Amino acid sequence: MESRQGNGTSGSVRCWRCEACLLPMTGDPMPDTAAPTRLTAVRPPVPEGQTLTLTINGVDRAVTMPPWTTLLDALRQHLDLTGTKKGCDHGQCGACTVLVDGKRINACLTLAVMQQGRAITTIEGLASGADLHPLQQAFIDHDAFQCGYCTPGQICSAIGLMNEGTARTPDEIRELMSGNICRCGAYPNIVDAIRTVMAAQAGGEQQP
Amino acid sequence: MIAFPSFPDRLETPGGQIGRPVNRVDGRLKVTGAARYAAEHTAPDLAHGYIVSSAIAKGRITRIDTSAALALPGVLAVFTHENRPDLAWFDRKWKDEDSPKGSPFRPLYDATISHSFQPVALVVAESFELARYAARLVKVDYAAEPHQTDLAAVHRDAFAPSKDKGGFQPPPRPRGDADRALVEAEVTVDCHYSQPAEYHNPMEMHASTVLYNDDGTLTIHDKIQGASNSQTYVCNVFNLPKSAVRVCSPFVGGAFGSGLRPQHQLFMAVLAATQLKRSVRVELSRPQMFSFGHRPRSLQRVALGAHRDGRLRTLIHEAVQETSQFENYVEIVVNWSGQQYKADTTRLDYRLARLDVYTPLDQRAPGAATGVNAIEMAMDELAYALEMDPIALRLKNHTDIDPNTGRPFSSKELRACFAQGAERFGWSRRNPVPRSMRQGRDLVGWGVAAGVWDAMQGQAEARAVLGLDGSLMVASATADIGTGTYTVMSQIAADVLGLPLEQVRFRLGDSALPTAPIEGGSWTVSSVGSAVKAVCDKVRDRLARAALTLEGRPFGTATADDLLFTDGCIQSRIDPAQRLPLTEVMREAGLFAIEETARSLPYLLQRARHTLGTHSAIFAEVRVDADLGTVRVSRIVSAVAAGRIINPKTAGSQILGAAVWGIGMALEEEALTDHRLGRVMNHDLAEYHVPVNPDVGTIDVIFVDEEDRVVNPLGAKGVGEIGIVGVAAAIGNAIFHATGVRVRELPFTVDKILAAGGP
Repeated sequence: MESRQGNGTSGSVRCWRCEACLLPMTGDPMPDTAAPTRLTAVRPPVPEGQTLTLTINGVDRAVTMPPWTTLLDALRQHLDLTGTKKGCDHGQCGACTVLVDGKRINACLTLAVMQQGRAITTIEGLASGADLHPLQQAFIDHDAFQCGYCTPGQICSAIGLMNEGTARTPDEIRELMSGNICRCGAYPNIVDAIRTVMAAQAGGEQQP
Repeated sequence: MIAFPSFPDRLETPGGQIGRPVNRVDGRLKVTGAARYAAEHTAPDLAHGYIVSSAIAKGRITRIDTSAALALPGVLAVFTHENRPDLAWFDRKWKDEDSPKGSPFRPLYDATISHSFQPVALVVAESFELARYAARLVKVDYAAEPHQTDLAAVHRDAFAPSKDKGGFQPPPRPRGDADRALVEAEVTVDCHYSQPAEYHNPMEMHASTVLYNDDGTLTIHDKIQGASNSQTYVCNVFNLPKSAVRVCSPFVGGAFGSGLRPQHQLFMAVLAATQLKRSVRVELSRPQMFSFGHRPRSLQRVALGAHRDGRLRTLIHEAVQETSQFENYVEIVVNWSGQQYKADTTRLDYRLARLDVYTPLDQRAPGAATGVNAIEMAMDELAYALEMDPIALRLKNHTDIDPNTGRPFSSKELRACFAQGAERFGWSRRNPVPRSMRQGRDLVGWGVAAGVWDAMQGQAEARAVLGLDGSLMVASATADIGTGTYTVMSQIAADVLGLPLEQVRFRLGDSALPTAPIEGGSWTVSSVGSAVKAVCDKVRDRLARAALTLEGRPFGTATADDLLFTDGCIQSRIDPAQRLPLTEVMREAGLFAIEETARSLPYLLQRARHTLGTHSAIFAEVRVDADLGTVRVSRIVSAVAAGRIINPKTAGSQILGAAVWGIGMALEEEALTDHRLGRVMNHDLAEYHVPVNPDVGTIDVIFVDEEDRVVNPLGAKGVGEIGIVGVAAAIGNAIFHATGVRVRELPFTVDKILAAGGP
């Protein structure tokens, strides 16, 4: 899947994974593509579309796409659910966090075909009609975002965090939210929003 | 936790909306995923582009083989310099609102490679995955030439730039013989500082979706800090009339300066859409976010000489920054030092050195976030050399006259920033001796720095339409990159007309709206806010005239000055019982709607007689692991004087977020270039570290009361940049206080602290 460089960088190939970094030519990682003349012959065919059924926000959605499609691109490109954001496509930023069977995952690190039969919840599925999820309201009240791009991932991640039930202190919240980057730097307000909702839920549970 | 102080009204605010910490009016759209960003608009015929980036830093493309990519079913085209259409010839056609002097980069223009990661081809396919796959099959051969990407190797060849960019001022002439005074001074420090290239990395990667309309016109959703800037660029480069190009950017997923100039994905998407006559989206990958502008690398020297009592005898500040081979990117780095402190003699020097990199680009507080770090760390070193409190040293050299120009500041509540910040932080409990404060395994350090930024204003236009249902629509082609523009403009409009905030809608991010400058430099409240106030004042005047001439004279003998606009009503100050809803006045007067446009201009004459700026005092607490040397910033107090604060909540978030940027700058952010390859190697978010949640402790924001009647009719100076200025210096000074070692090279990573002899 990589192409060999000429002249100036004949000692390097493009990284097969991200196309941007250069790998030194210490043994060809994919020897079958080493000779440019053979590229066409050995390259696997472009995958055909196949129909999958994904359960998203409680609704079964049938959609046809090639199996190399990530869950993130399936949501954004094929289902027009653009609330789930792409910030790196490498599992490094958390912007694409969604809930699968209540657990938070990076939608860019899983293929859509792998998630059939599971309950996928995205940011679009959190509010009930006009009523926001308490975390959505808390994010507004605490100004826990600025540009809003990481926000759907932060909120889904925070719901996953609360489902896990392991974070008790502000420091634990910070640590367990560390997979969601907010470049605007709203972190203290994000922690405040999560604490507010966690406290309200704890209070609610104690009531008979 | 963040404090939202109440802010006293000094200017007349009948509606009472200004100064209220209201929630963002666009908040609901953002927390529900309904806000659509540039890559989230679609069309039935949408094609997807993927960019192939250069693998070398300098040279020529000798051959591009696109056959393997084109052979794939579903690949529509591969655009390269060999098959591009005719494009604009003159440099001025490629320039945009934020271009420095030089020849702007032209994507796919010819075979020349001027920087690593330069876009060399665009693959367009029916799906994103296919385009990305096919991009890897494009084979590019290069004839590489020797490159230079190391500032340290060329800084001696640096040159002094002239006024090469809007807003840039070369350093003032030296005052006195600063170098001689340095030799004669009783107490001196002479230090060198360096700062690496830092990349903006907004969470939303740069993207453009070009919708190709049936009539051949283009509707472009672009990531840009000013829709008009992209519109002009596209029209100039592709020779299209303005009527054929509309650019929209209602939501921008962060930018911090990266969207001030149209980036190459816009060019690519328009190229493909106009050639293929169908809609095209091009989104950069995260590694490709390292292919364009960045905060430039810098090397600085600050030499200070003082009298025994702390008064500065001499202030020397020299800086060298990188720029590209094709443009002279400049920023104000050293002038701040001469503006902030009064010394007997001053010499400021700013130079550029050319490297084989892309042109640097404004990044949050460009220049100040570099230069003020150096002077503020040097002031701390001088305070220790004098055995003087670092705040006392700064107050000793405080000036209310700008020494660079001899003009007074329009307002400068820096002393109040120090006083209120110190009290909130508990500065009086500080033991100044390094390594004197401990908590458990941690060495605790407290550091302080001052910050300064400009209070600029450009001209802007706004339109307002007041409907018979009492709804007010105000519009201007500005941007909201997370700064709160939607919210504060709505507040300003509601305030002037005394309307509930819910009845006001502010529209932005559309080149079809009245013209506004690019959103940057903290000047949007000043520029666009003044236009919003001006246009709403005109609507108010129309309403007042209508009310006073109504049949039956319900307001008696009252004049326009006697009318108060409040709670959706017009009320007489003379007799509060004389009160009518706005909508009733309009109905009675036969006005179905009131529409006005206005343009606001800066108070040029008053501004020319003053130096305008925001000021701050930043206090940082660090905890340094006594064994490992790892640093955590446990607490920051940022006291800011920025004139009137329209919305303490969104403004507070600006300062808070900028302080987080300061933490990143101090401890983490650094683009690491392999100079053999001339390429940034840590080009993703796993390797280019930005602050994450546990990196950030408590940040306390104070807005100091400050009145300014020169800056603009709102008295507001803007808060986007000031929050980052000096933060890294305060952290560096705190690290010295904790450990007793000085690190002068950003970021202050553990290896440097250990190498300096710490912890």
